[in-house]
Amino acid sequence: MAEGSITAEPPVAAAPPASADPGRFGRYATGAFFLAPALFVLAVWMVYPVVYTIIRSFFGQQGYLGTWVGFANYSRLFHESTLRTAIKNNAIWVAVVPAFVTAVGLLFAVLTERVRWSVAFKTVVFLPMAISAFATGVTWRIMYQQDPNVGAINALGKSISGVFSPAGVLSSAAPSTGIVVPNHGGLILKTPLKPGGVALLGLTAIPPEQVPAGAQQAATPAPKPADIVGTVWRDFKPGGGVPGKVESQEQGLPGVTVQLQQNGKTVQSTRSNADGSFDFTNVPPGTYNAGVGASTFAKPFGGYGWLGPSLITPSLLIAYIWIWAGFAMVVIAAGLSAMPRDVLEAARTDGASEWQVFRRVTVPLLAPVLSVVFITMVINVLKVFDIVLALAPESTQQNANVIALAMWRTAFGGVNDFGTGSAIAVFLFVLVIPVLALNIRRFKREA
Amino acid sequence: MAAEAIVIPKPQDSPAARILRFVAKAPVHLILMALGALWLVPTAGLFITSILPASELASSGWWKIFAHPSTATWSNYNALFHNHGLLTALKTTAYIAVGNTLIVVIIGALAGYALAWLEFPGRDWVLVGIIGLLVVPLQMALIPMFKLYDQFGLFDTILGIILFHVAFGLPFAIFLLRNFFVGLPKDILESARIDGASEVTIFVRLILPLGLPAIASLAIFQFLWTWNDLIVALTFGQNTQPITVWIFGQLREFGTSIDVIAPASFISLVIPLAVFFAFQRYFVQGLLAGSVK
Repeated sequence: MAEGSITAEPPVAAAPPASADPGRFGRYATGAFFLAPALFVLAVWMVYPVVYTIIRSFFGQQGYLGTWVGFANYSRLFHESTLRTAIKNNAIWVAVVPAFVTAVGLLFAVLTERVRWSVAFKTVVFLPMAISAFATGVTWRIMYQQDPNVGAINALGKSISGVFSPAGVLSSAAPSTGIVVPNHGGLILKTPLKPGGVALLGLTAIPPEQVPAGAQQAATPAPKPADIVGTVWRDFKPGGGVPGKVESQEQGLPGVTVQLQQNGKTVQSTRSNADGSFDFTNVPPGTYNAGVGASTFAKPFGGYGWLGPSLITPSLLIAYIWIWAGFAMVVIAAGLSAMPRDVLEAARTDGASEWQVFRRVTVPLLAPVLSVVFITMVINVLKVFDIVLALAPESTQQNANVIALAMWRTAFGGVNDFGTGSAIAVFLFVLVIPVLALNIRRFKREA
Repeated sequence: MAAEAIVIPKPQDSPAARILRFVAKAPVHLILMALGALWLVPTAGLFITSILPASELASSGWWKIFAHPSTATWSNYNALFHNHGLLTALKTTAYIAVGNTLIVVIIGALAGYALAWLEFPGRDWVLVGIIGLLVVPLQMALIPMFKLYDQFGLFDTILGIILFHVAFGLPFAIFLLRNFFVGLPKDILESARIDGASEVTIFVRLILPLGLPAIASLAIFQFLWTWNDLIVALTFGQNTQPITVWIFGQLREFGTSIDVIAPASFISLVIPLAVFFAFQRYFVQGLLAGSVK
């Protein structure tokens, strides 16, 4: 046998030979010798505190034992808004996370079952299990940054939304004169036009860096008899100028979608040139309005507020599922590999489709393992703490609150309300008691 | 849908069948690769963020490094390794994690042996009690221990933090080791007893070496749990700060101190990762023993 690998105490070489039957007292003594350190620690750090906290939860706020208040601390649990948010959020956690983690773990375990490089995949998915929930919170907070230039998830969102609804050439611009007015997200020139008319669409409030590339000196268009021509330009002259008039040093705005409308309907659409000029050709006689299309002013994708008040809990759930999927996968995969192969084969030979085998044979046989994963996750989720503290910014901590965190904040977050803090802890304890009973029952059945 | 994707013809050795098999499995490979990438990205993002200068991070995302690899720098890490606060925090973390692991393993193994192999009245009741303690939330002990630590001078000490971890690690430790010890071959122990070996000798010479796989799993779990802890150290420490608490202190200024937070977070996770890679097998074993049993 390997010597001195992990030694609790020096090997006792000259131990007296134990008699065949040490007797009742002797058995107590040996048992006590081995158990004493553990029982001492458990009694002082777990049993005593549990009793104390339960008693303390019926006493008032301050100090180590305030005045008797009955169930007042418990009623605050359901009446104080921050605590209610915490309970509501924890209910969401319990409803979503265990089911998702178990499902994802099952999916991964089944997918990897017959792939050669499954070990590599499993290692990668399992990695987050070794990392602290706190560091995971920091990691995902970087991913969730709202600015699409900084946050990876919103950057992805931006590139996807760029395909479906691209940002306009000008995202901020305003008319330079009163005769150009807003119209369905775009702008329109109030003055009616007939063929041969000229439309001057002056815009201001465009920062220099937003002027489209390739812009040239704006041109004053020459009227053409059958056409309606015009210019869309940046109506701003350094040092002052006349609004509504194309002047030197004023730039044309190229690439702007200009529309010709009749009775509110677009009849022609074109894009402006480098000098801002445009030309609606062969316009039939009638009265028209010229304007700039709404797409020109489409705002670029600004990113979702993953860390904002309404999305913070879903964001946390995603990060948490990311951590625990590996756990579920490994446990379920072990269950899968211990499954009797012949049952599966028999089902297949009987002509069951792969989906039927999965639904009717694999999942029922895995049920005990799946329930262990599920229950473990319920317990974990009830106690969730660190990741919320790390991931949610100060401004949305309240929106992201959960029971374990609420307990800590109430007792140690400055107010030091030990009464309500104890009540929250007891509430959490009561929630895990069914699992506690289940564990004991399972043990007794095995013994 | 997932299960349908794995329809594979029975293994045959003709090349055509092999190609067919590969094609049939291609969707699974692709899905798994995509998922694997998804699982790697956040950690990779943290690492890349940690090697970019603050000026770069304010305006552009970490993935732009692939376009401008020259922006990478070790200066964030250099600065951190001269940061007294961080170095102290790392040392504190190591003391807490190693100290807790040693104590839990020793006390847990003693108790696990007693509950597995010693006959004494009331043994099963002790075991039931310990199983009951498995799921007790540590929030139940924060307030009373805060008071007790205050009275006994354990507040803001490494020992106080360690002992709290020991208590909440013990039920799992005893449960895991007892289950493993029970499965050890009975005749070896019996014959040692007949040969006149004392229980202490049996424990040291037989149980500990034979129980090494379970002890290794337990040690890894304990190490990772305490290394990664935030709430215990946050409650019972003030100047005694492990790395998680130290980073937590910087978190208020997330935007402006990201060049400190990101590398510090990465340092904090490198050691658990190394432990995990070195002892992966034991880690998974312990996980299975702890949950499936």
